[in-house]
Amino acid sequence: MVVTANRVGDGRVVFRRADGGWTPHLDGAAIATSTAGAQALMSEAVADDLRAVGPYVAPVKLSPGGHVRPGNLRELIRLGGPTIELPVPLGC
Amino acid sequence: MYVYDAFDRTLVAERVAEFRDQVARRLSGELTEEEFKPLRLMNGVYLQLHAYMLRIAIPYGTLSAEQLRMLAHVARKYDRGYGHFTTRQNIQFHWIKLAELPDAMADLASVGMHGMQTSGNVVRNITTDQWAGVAPDEIEDPRIWAEVIRQHVTLHPEFSFMPRKFKIAVGASAHDRAALRIHDLALRLFRNGAGELGFEVMVGGGLGRTPYLAKTIKAFLQKRDVLSYVEAVLRTYNQFGRRDNIWKARIKILVHELGAEAFAREVEQEWQNIKDGPLALDPAIVAEIAGRFRYPDYQRLEDGPPELAAARRADRRFDTWLGNAVANHKLPGYAIVTLSLKPEGGTPGDATAKQMDAIADLAERYSLGEIRVGHEQNLVLPHVAQRDLPALWRALDDLGVATPNVNLVSDIISCPGLDYCSLANARSIPIAQEITRRFRNLDLARDLGRLHVNISGCINACGHHHVGHIGILGVEKNGEEFYQITLGGKADEDAKLGTLIGPAVPYAQVADVVEDIAAAYLELRQRPDELFIDTVRRTGVEPFRERVYATR
Repeated sequence: MVVTANRVGDGRVVFRRADGGWTPHLDGAAIATSTAGAQALMSEAVADDLRAVGPYVAPVKLSPGGHVRPGNLRELIRLGGPTIELPVPLGC
Repeated sequence: MYVYDAFDRTLVAERVAEFRDQVARRLSGELTEEEFKPLRLMNGVYLQLHAYMLRIAIPYGTLSAEQLRMLAHVARKYDRGYGHFTTRQNIQFHWIKLAELPDAMADLASVGMHGMQTSGNVVRNITTDQWAGVAPDEIEDPRIWAEVIRQHVTLHPEFSFMPRKFKIAVGASAHDRAALRIHDLALRLFRNGAGELGFEVMVGGGLGRTPYLAKTIKAFLQKRDVLSYVEAVLRTYNQFGRRDNIWKARIKILVHELGAEAFAREVEQEWQNIKDGPLALDPAIVAEIAGRFRYPDYQRLEDGPPELAAARRADRRFDTWLGNAVANHKLPGYAIVTLSLKPEGGTPGDATAKQMDAIADLAERYSLGEIRVGHEQNLVLPHVAQRDLPALWRALDDLGVATPNVNLVSDIISCPGLDYCSLANARSIPIAQEITRRFRNLDLARDLGRLHVNISGCINACGHHHVGHIGILGVEKNGEEFYQITLGGKADEDAKLGTLIGPAVPYAQVADVVEDIAAAYLELRQRPDELFIDTVRRTGVEPFRERVYATR
């Protein structure tokens, strides 16, 4: 499990790091393997209201290579963006 | 167009300044999210999956070319170059940064636009017929009455904290293009047997988890009483509506639980106390509001100019588009043109900044500077001279908004779904896109005729799936996307809720199911002009159910 939220300034999806910061990269997220660990991450995240909005515990999966991947479709879309081609590609 | 007065302009400008201060305090940490959230929602700012979303009201679906250009500017400068027209005559920008929102709002305010009351438990943007003022079957321009009510309920303190959101629609034509019966409160202007104009008042409609069609609680309401009666309905709801359970808080639940007659009695009792007070409408005030709607200086033209007939003969594509996207105007020599925002493989309701700018230019050149937005997520040019249709079509075709699929199977109403929305359980847009690809053959689509496919990514039903001829509702089962299919819904003057045909089907099978339903219809219809919805009504859903589940 990881703790995820949206960044206050632009709403970007972020993940709670072990050092108390936030990162947009799932690989940098602190992984909780127990309910108690997730609760501890959540407590810190909730207290950090200035930087991130609406924290919650999200499921993750570990790939055979040890990479962390989103645990469900919603989290996959939050991390990777819409599954559709946007009307205007990024950078245009 | 309606021209805002100094009061409205000041109100919108003051709101921008207020919100700028609130955003600064949020970013500095002076306001917590708990404190800030109700403030941002009062301005139409949501937090979605990836970013903040700004919803902007387009009152009664009417836009000037200047306003559409401003929407293009906001899309380009503050968002990702596009916007999404919704099922309630709003536009949404899905990638707005909080720090830039006040500047975006200031730019919008410069053309009289804002996000006030596009969120929260208030009276939302009041919607109406996108053909208002130009429809041949219209009794009177319904936007005047929408504006009368808008002025009264905007920032009205008594109606700023209602049990739940409140959606009002106004119609004035025999054919309902505003989906009146699915609104919390709907007003239909008509002429009674005595020749008087007045309103039928309907309450308690709504989709979502518990769908209901609105019930008539007042068969005929004099025009002078419209404001006092709306006030009485709102007060009754405010007093008796549930606040303990969000799923039971909408007026539809109150009307259902009390019964329409009992609810009507409560309203009547309240109304008797206020009907002859200050809310009784002075005709001079209504005339003043009506006078702020500026109508174009139409020319005296004849129907069927020779250049139109020649263009039809010369170009089959033009002729096809004309037959599909162009409707009769109340004045001879003019036409109402629908711009399809449903291209093959596209996202229903999306328009790029480039398209918006170009459509604004075309509106100035061919539609007397005016654009409309319909709840079906298409745009309309309401005042096009018939002689200009060939040139307009070429320009629209170049822009990709002349797909001749209006009201056909690929003219899909769809919510943003799980690709954007934090409430969604399943994706809507890719389902819509795949259906448009399956029916890319427009000869087949035309053979199928009028067929509305509505898709929602969750039970909140922003995609109006309950009233789709084919309704598709995304649900989540054990982490997978599944879709329930309903048939037989419709949102017009003969509104109906669709009937579920069976177990939900997985994501990958939805477009196959729609193809199966279309094929079954072609076999079941008694004659080529029996519409899909009429076949479903005649046969019921059983033969469609058999077809869909025979091999599943």
